[in-house]
Amino acid sequence: MFGYHLALAVRSLRRSPGLTALMMLTIGFGVAASMTMYSVVRGLSADPIPWKSSQLFVPQVDMWGPGDRGPGGEPPVAMDYADAMALMRQHRATRQSAIYAISPSAMPTGTSRNRSPIMLDGYAVYGEFFPMLDVRFPYGHGWSAQDDAAPSPVIVISDKLNQQVFGGGNSVGKTIELDDHDYRVVGVIHDWNPQPVFYDTINPGYGGRGPEVFVPFQQAIAVNMVNASWDGCKKGTSDPNADFVRLRQSDCVWISYMVELDDAAAVQRYRQYLDDYASEQQKTGRFDWAPNNRLRDVPTFLDYRQVVPGNIRVSLLVALGLLIVCLVNTMGLLLAKFLRRSGEIGIRRALGASRTAIHAQFLIEAGVIGVGGGVLGLLFTIVGVLCIGQVLPAADAELAHLDTPLLMLTLLTAVIATLLAGMYPTFRAARVPPAWHLKAQ
Amino acid sequence: MTVHPILAALRRHKVAVLLIVLQIALTLAIVANALFIIGQHIQRMERPTGADEKDLIWVLQQWPGLSGGDDVATLEKIDALQRTDLEILRHLPDVQDAAASTSIPILSGFSGGHITLNPNQQGLSVHAAYYFGDQRLRHTLGLHLIAGRDFDASEIRHGRAKADSPAIIVSKPVADALFPNGNALGQTVYQDGSPATIVGIVERLQTPKWADSNWAYNSVLEPFRDDDRWSGYVVRARPGRVQAAIREARKALLAVNPMRLMPEPSAGVHAFSEIRARAYRQDRGMVLLMSVISAILLCVTAAGIVGLTSFWVGQRTRQIGVRRALGARKVDILRYFQLENLLIAGGGAVVGALFAVGLNEWLMTHVEMTRLPLSCVALGVLVMLTLGQAAVLVPAQRASNVPPVVATRSV
Repeated sequence: MFGYHLALAVRSLRRSPGLTALMMLTIGFGVAASMTMYSVVRGLSADPIPWKSSQLFVPQVDMWGPGDRGPGGEPPVAMDYADAMALMRQHRATRQSAIYAISPSAMPTGTSRNRSPIMLDGYAVYGEFFPMLDVRFPYGHGWSAQDDAAPSPVIVISDKLNQQVFGGGNSVGKTIELDDHDYRVVGVIHDWNPQPVFYDTINPGYGGRGPEVFVPFQQAIAVNMVNASWDGCKKGTSDPNADFVRLRQSDCVWISYMVELDDAAAVQRYRQYLDDYASEQQKTGRFDWAPNNRLRDVPTFLDYRQVVPGNIRVSLLVALGLLIVCLVNTMGLLLAKFLRRSGEIGIRRALGASRTAIHAQFLIEAGVIGVGGGVLGLLFTIVGVLCIGQVLPAADAELAHLDTPLLMLTLLTAVIATLLAGMYPTFRAARVPPAWHLKAQ
Repeated sequence: MTVHPILAALRRHKVAVLLIVLQIALTLAIVANALFIIGQHIQRMERPTGADEKDLIWVLQQWPGLSGGDDVATLEKIDALQRTDLEILRHLPDVQDAAASTSIPILSGFSGGHITLNPNQQGLSVHAAYYFGDQRLRHTLGLHLIAGRDFDASEIRHGRAKADSPAIIVSKPVADALFPNGNALGQTVYQDGSPATIVGIVERLQTPKWADSNWAYNSVLEPFRDDDRWSGYVVRARPGRVQAAIREARKALLAVNPMRLMPEPSAGVHAFSEIRARAYRQDRGMVLLMSVISAILLCVTAAGIVGLTSFWVGQRTRQIGVRRALGARKVDILRYFQLENLLIAGGGAVVGALFAVGLNEWLMTHVEMTRLPLSCVALGVLVMLTLGQAAVLVPAQRASNVPPVVATRSV
């Protein structure tokens, strides 16, 4: 029976090729636009560290007071030097690290292949950063708390830098010169570039080559490695700009901070600790406002920072609008198409076909159009995802990728949407009274 | 031509009419908002910076290995390197002038602060971006000086940039915000607490930020050469010699000191037109995306109208034949279908205008967007009505060609 319905459906569609092509194209475009934008949004909203993101938290302390809060009374997203160091010293979470962005340059050495200086992107972190974020080391490991305290001139480099400077291999123990200082390599990491860059709470965006060097925080401070990212200062105070010493003494914020808390009880305790810390500062007169802290886990923090840019969200909405209009269009065209065949339906009903058979016939016809539209949609989606880099920023477009789930979803969406659009026309077609249309008109 | 028969006929196809009305309404809502978004992006892309952008070049480079300390010896070393670079740049054959600067409009790093009328930062406070540069900066950028004077060489200090210069040049919006009655020249204001006299006012200088803000044109020129391992130079090439000047500048700078780093894409030697194109790439992309989606939407709606009207023509062939037999001319049949379409499209446009405003309200709360102007909605209504009329032409023509003899046939 299904084969018979299918054959009839195909024959009917072939009788009006223009209309069929139009419907399939419409569905194809609508589905492709939506799926392309969805793939971008999916890439942008993906959790960068899904196995651990609910245990990683971003504490925010209000060190500026009521005059400088963001909308909703939000405190700054980063820390100043004094508070970051106090929190690190008191060490209340399972693991924690203050982080700031550096961009040193590696000077050409006798052993390196490359003779001109290489500018690097990196971060100054504490030793707990690596186990906290599950960074993998093919060679060596991170540094210890003693190295943090000393501070020792040690360094962790990326695989790419390892290739560039040492030609690859186990370079633990070798020396690299950064900004006129020598550093001993203690570990080499796999190329690690989670997107978005969630540990950089000041700038949690997309793009970048990934960090190439990690240096102990206090070591970077000791050699005056300037902050390579932005800093924010309280309204009415002057920005120390590149004066790194003054930056450390000011209450301008420039340090990201991340903590690891293993369970809900630990989160509760840490929240209490932050409030106690702020109350203590209030007592000593450094803050003269009530505690106004925040402690969000990484997914919530990324959501709060609205990492998915506004114009991409608008584009997704408009693409979905296109899909809805395409479906309404298909519904109208299917209605016209089915009702045009009222005579044929009348004859079939008179010959004994039940309403269910008519239902099945037209639903299958809608389904065939859906499959055709889905195939076209697949092709357009592939083209769309490949070309999306032309209209969206490269860093965002790179995260949109084609994979089997996306393509299956495209096909499924097209078929289900067309079936839904075809429900009402099918219902109307089945209700055609046979006698009326059998009369000689 | 009475409307009543048309409405009576449409009442028999309620659902189909509803679908077309819905389609037109949704398309109008989306296209109106899309056109508005396109307009906004185009407006942003056309914003003048205030500088004479033709023949302007931005050089940004880094001296590696110099630490962030502020010992006098390092700062003097950097200053000497900068002065050497500037001398070399000024003497290139295709270069008219060169100046030191920490930033350029639209797209570079910068520092900003607040200008107030009193030292304790109370009351009126104007947010502004600081351009730290030397006495040639205003001229090299090509800014239009409307009052006062340029800095002279003796006023230029150097070292670690701090906004505490005793003399500043401000852009007109800053001057107007601080002194609404227009006598800003010669007045003393406070930059993050330090006093400064306004010695000059330029008509327009955009801040180095790409994003829109209400202080996008609040800039202050500081007579201070910043000695930092990152240093930037603004270069004006001789008219029409930009590419030659870029080549010469790159070669000359690397010849003097091969230990510079110019990591692309932000550093290096670039024509300002290239920087402008890069800054607005995202806007161009959105314009393209919205245009493509709008075009597809309009085509789909037009196709829907054509399809449905053709169906109705097919259904009513006998009625059309009878009308023709009773004396209607071809043009009467044409007008009938056009009027019918106008009624449907009109209904759809009214509903669509409401949807458009509603969609705009929703977008305003969830994304950064401003209110849709009524002219955009009106334009959208006009577009939909025209589209409907254009789409109905072909089926209506076919209808008008139905011969009267159809009335006499029984099948």
